[in-house]
Formats: sequence, C-alpha cells, structure tokens
Amino acid sequence: MDTLRQNRLKWKCRRGLLELDLVLEKYMEKNPYDAELDEFLELQDNDLWEIVSGRSDRYDARHGGIVARLRAV
Amino acid sequence: MSLQVRRFDAIVVGAGGSGMRASLELARAGLKTAVLTKVFPTRSHTVAAQGGIAAPLANSTEDNWHWHMYDTVKGSDYLGDQDAIEYMCRRANEVVVELEHMGMPFDRLENGKIYQRPFGGHTQDYGSAKMAMRSCAAADRTGHAMLHTLYQQNVRTNTQFFVEWMALDLIRDPQDGAVLGVTALEMETGEVVLFQAKATLLATGGSGRIFYASTNAFINTGDGLGMAARAGFPLEDMEFYQFHPTGVYGAGVLITEGVRGEGGYLLNKDGERFMERYAPNAKDLASRDVVSRAMTTEIKEGRGCGPDKDHVMLKLDHLGPEVINHRLPGIREISIKFANADPVRDLVPVVPTVHYQMGGIPANYMGRVVIPEGNNHESIVPAFYAIGECACVSVHGANRLGTNSLLDLVVFGKSSGEQMIKDIRALPTPHRNLPKDAGEYTRSRLARLDANAAGERVVDVLTDLRRTMQAHCGVFRFPDDLIEGVKKIKVIAERAGRTFISDKSKVFNTARVEALELDNLVETAMSTIVSAEARKESRGAQARADFPNRDDKNWMKHTLWYKEGNRLAYKPVHLKPMTVESFEPKVRTY
Repeated sequence: MDTLRQNRLKWKCRRGLLELDLVLEKYMEKNPYDAELDEFLELQDNDLWEIVSGRSDRYDARHGGIVARLRAV
Repeated sequence: MSLQVRRFDAIVVGAGGSGMRASLELARAGLKTAVLTKVFPTRSHTVAAQGGIAAPLANSTEDNWHWHMYDTVKGSDYLGDQDAIEYMCRRANEVVVELEHMGMPFDRLENGKIYQRPFGGHTQDYGSAKMAMRSCAAADRTGHAMLHTLYQQNVRTNTQFFVEWMALDLIRDPQDGAVLGVTALEMETGEVVLFQAKATLLATGGSGRIFYASTNAFINTGDGLGMAARAGFPLEDMEFYQFHPTGVYGAGVLITEGVRGEGGYLLNKDGERFMERYAPNAKDLASRDVVSRAMTTEIKEGRGCGPDKDHVMLKLDHLGPEVINHRLPGIREISIKFANADPVRDLVPVVPTVHYQMGGIPANYMGRVVIPEGNNHESIVPAFYAIGECACVSVHGANRLGTNSLLDLVVFGKSSGEQMIKDIRALPTPHRNLPKDAGEYTRSRLARLDANAAGERVVDVLTDLRRTMQAHCGVFRFPDDLIEGVKKIKVIAERAGRTFISDKSKVFNTARVEALELDNLVETAMSTIVSAEARKESRGAQARADFPNRDDKNWMKHTLWYKEGNRLAYKPVHLKPMTVESFEPKVRTY
C-alpha cells in the first residue's frame, strides 16, 4: 500500500514546468511519501513555482511546513 | 483474453493547447470525444510558454498577415511550407479573438483592446527595421491562461478526459493503413484498453528530453512520435531542434534572453568576453543560434569552464542587485536553486539547451497525416491526424519564431477538429472492424517487460541516450561526431530492447511507464541523429561545421525518416502559398 501511495505521488510530481520536476524529484528521493506534499501539489504549476522559488508568500498557512522543506531543497 | 474496447467518434491523445483546442471543436459538434493524457490537462507543458501568441491584430502598430507570413517563412530559413504558413497567419486573428471570447485574460490596452508587444523576428513591412507589435500575452503566464481557458471550455462541452492514461500504440487497418484507434495503459489499474475511433489525433507535444541539456519538462518524451514510428509512419525534419543559449548547466532551466538585454554577458575559462570575437557588433545580443554556436565552439576548443570544461559562464554581478531583483524577476531564484550561484556576486554556469522540436509527424494544414505513396509525396492517411509540437505541418521549417508555437497549437487545433468532423460525418458505417490481432503488439511489449528478470536498467539507458545526443548531435554538428553518434545510438536502441523493471506490479507502476517512455525517446533520438547526419548543409537550427552554408540547390527539401530499415526519403518544400506570390529564398540576416 505504501509503495502505491508513493508511486501515485511520484507521478503527481510530473509537472508542466521543468523547475518543479527538478525540485520535486530531489525532494522525493529523500522523502518518498509526504502527505503534505500530496495536498500542496493540488495547486497550479505557476503558483507552485512562485511559492517554492520564494517569489511569492501567498500560500495557505497549513502548507507552511512543506513550503519550507521544498524551499530548502 | 481479448482487450476491453471503448468506442468513440474521436480520440485525441494529449491535453496541451493543441489537443484541447481540437477536442473542443469536436465536442462542440456533438461528437463523442475522448482525450487521453498522461498528466492532468493543466499540467501539460504548454503551461511553460511565457512569451505570448502571435497574431497581426494591429492593435498597437500597423500589421497584417502578409508581414507575419514573410517573417515566418524567413524565420524557417525557407524550409517551411508556404501554403501552411499562409493558412496559419490568415487564421491567427480569428483564433486569438476566439480565445478572448472564451475568457482568456489577455493583457489590455487602455482602449480595451488586447495589448501587443514586440518579439524577436517579428517585423513590419517585410523585414524592415521596424518591429511589429504582434505578441498577445497574459502577463508571463500565457500558456497557463490558455490551458485553463481551454480546459474549462472542454468541461462545459462534455469532452471525456482520461487522465493518467498513457497511449502506447496505434492500431492500423491492414487493408488501407487507416488508423482505427490506440491502445492505452490506465496507470491506476495497469490495464491496457483499446480505444477505437473514427478519427484519431495525436497531440502529444515535443521530445526535448532526448538531450541531456533540455528546457523541457520530464513529460516531453515524444510519445506520439514513438507511436507513429512503430506503426510504420515516417517522421519529418527531425534534425531541427531549436537551442536556447542560456540554460542552467546541469539542470536545463531557462534563463531568459532578457538578462543579456539588460547587459549580462558570457565568459570563457580565461575570463574572456568571447562573443566580441564572434559578433563584434551585436556581441552577446546576437541571435539565439549565433550565440549558441559560439558557446559550443569555445567549449569544443577547450575554453569551457569547470573540471570538464563543458560550459561557459554568464556574468551578471556588474548589473547590481537592483537590476537583477527588479528587472529580471525569478532569475536570481533560479540561479541559486539550480546552479548554487547567486548572480549578485557569482558567475552562473550556462550551456546551450534544447528548447523546441521543429520536426514531427508529417501533416498538412488541416492536421491530416500525409505520407509518400507511389508518385504522390503526400497521400492522406485515412482517419489519422497530428498537430502541435509532435507534428510537422511544416510552419516552422528549420527554425521557429517566438510566439508562433502557441499560434500553431490553436490554429491547427481548430483546423484539425474541423477536418475530423467533416471526415467522421462522411463515413458510411459507424466503426470499421478492428483487426483480429489489435493490441497484440502492445501486449508483447508489456509482456517483455513483465518477463525480463534481468537486463538493462531504464535509467542507465536513458542517461546514455541523452548524453550521446548532447555530445554528438548538439547545437553545432561535426561530421565525425555525427557518424560516431549514429553508431552509438544504434547500440543504445538495442540496449533499450533489453530493459527490465524489478517492480512487476500492475497498479500505478511508474517504473513501467518510464520504460515505455524510453521506447519513444529511442525512436525520436534515432530519427534525429540519422536525419542530421544525412543533411549535408547548415540551415536554421542545423549547423554543420563541414557544410557551413545553406544549400538550396541540393537540400531545399524535407527529410522523412522511417524506423523500418532506419531509412531516409525526401519530399519537396511547398514553395507556393495558397493565394499570394511565393517568397523566394534569400540569405537570412537580421
């Protein structure tokens, strides 16, 4: 079951922007399943990248943890 | 056990800008339309397009489709088909206004009309020094806005989306070669299903991932190209890939041309501003292909940077933090994140990076796939269509102009939809019978992966493929490298036939998907390097060291590569437009 969840999330990390593909690939290597990431990835690609790259701080407070972790990748 | 069959009027493979524009046309006409897509539609690579969409609306400066057509023909280095280019430019205003009416949030002028900005290669009055204001944009999110607009419209018209389904192979009628549908893998279950249709459209995007340095997202694995090649169709002009000079070394992420516009420049390992030697006037602001070739020459002659001397440096620190932070948004974040270099004080390692594939599945301007048959260079394949980056119409010829890619998606998305509606309605019977062995080929490919307990690792073959293409078929092409590269890719293709996956599970097996993607990348890479080796001239994006000039006498023709026998054929360029005089080839200078 865990492998299934991981695989599903791994595929959800395939995005339209290379920037996100690279950051998410690196993050997933060390964190095979992160439920917060799963939810965070519901956002649109451009919004995601602006937040992850630090250009925007407009994100829901409940995503604070995953945003900090992705920014540290 | 036979495969489950699902029947539709039309199948569209790929949910980027072109696929969703076509499906919208089909669904609006009341046809039962399925769209198959590997990822959620708004995560297609169209989302990465920032620059805008070209249309001669003349909202800010005088403009018309004749000028746009001239720029596109010249930009293509005269390899573009002039009838298709005329068709695209004449329909540009119509399709952009339609997007506006669908709710796409274009930037606006004070008078409420769509704001338009200049873009490289787009001029007024047939190449005069005056730039045309032709690019319509939605801030720096034009592709994103387009995808969302089209997705919402498709939901409204009841297009049926099959998300996280990967199309695997085409099904052809052995009688006349018509395409009857596709096999596809549902990732959720691991099941293969046969999608049968009266018309099948491929809109699967590009294949930039065949190169090590690529700006393309991971999903761009040339799936439609692989499917077409395996089904016996040729691929056209695959030697032509556009390179962007400043991709971050090792990552590929794009650093916009704007950095050089603001005064950034390139250095070799000796700290020399080498562009002064190659382009004494324009220097670092010379066109994309000129800068990319100069960078490659520096690296080739041993003046590259780093332990492997395989990149050059972009210098921005002299611009100061003000300019970098405010005039070049996002560049600092990208450099720090992907190069570990803060451009405020560090040099940023960069390398010419593959950006766009001009070639693809040969199609005409109504999206119909056309192949040579007897004396006819362009015989129509019944019920088979291709559009967008996976197709070669050919409007971009040997080199694409910025903002013409989004236009290509929407114009040919619409025209192919129109053609498919007409063709479907003209059919005498609902669906043809499928051949008895339909789907067997796909099953044998999957069975091999399931059976192999040992062999080549997918990631190893993929890495070797990408490195080989980069080293042997890059921006500047050398004869010995090409010959050697063809040999190496043949070996890699054999290795790809021996791949294995350790995870044999059915449900959401991403390793299996990646192995299947590798098959598509192999076909694409082979077509590219074989076509490039054979073309003994330099034109547009193909730059050969041994044949530095364009050779219209011998090479004003389209390449066609066939998987079977790894053979090549050629067909003439359409020099005659639909209604206007032909633009005769001239030396391309800017």
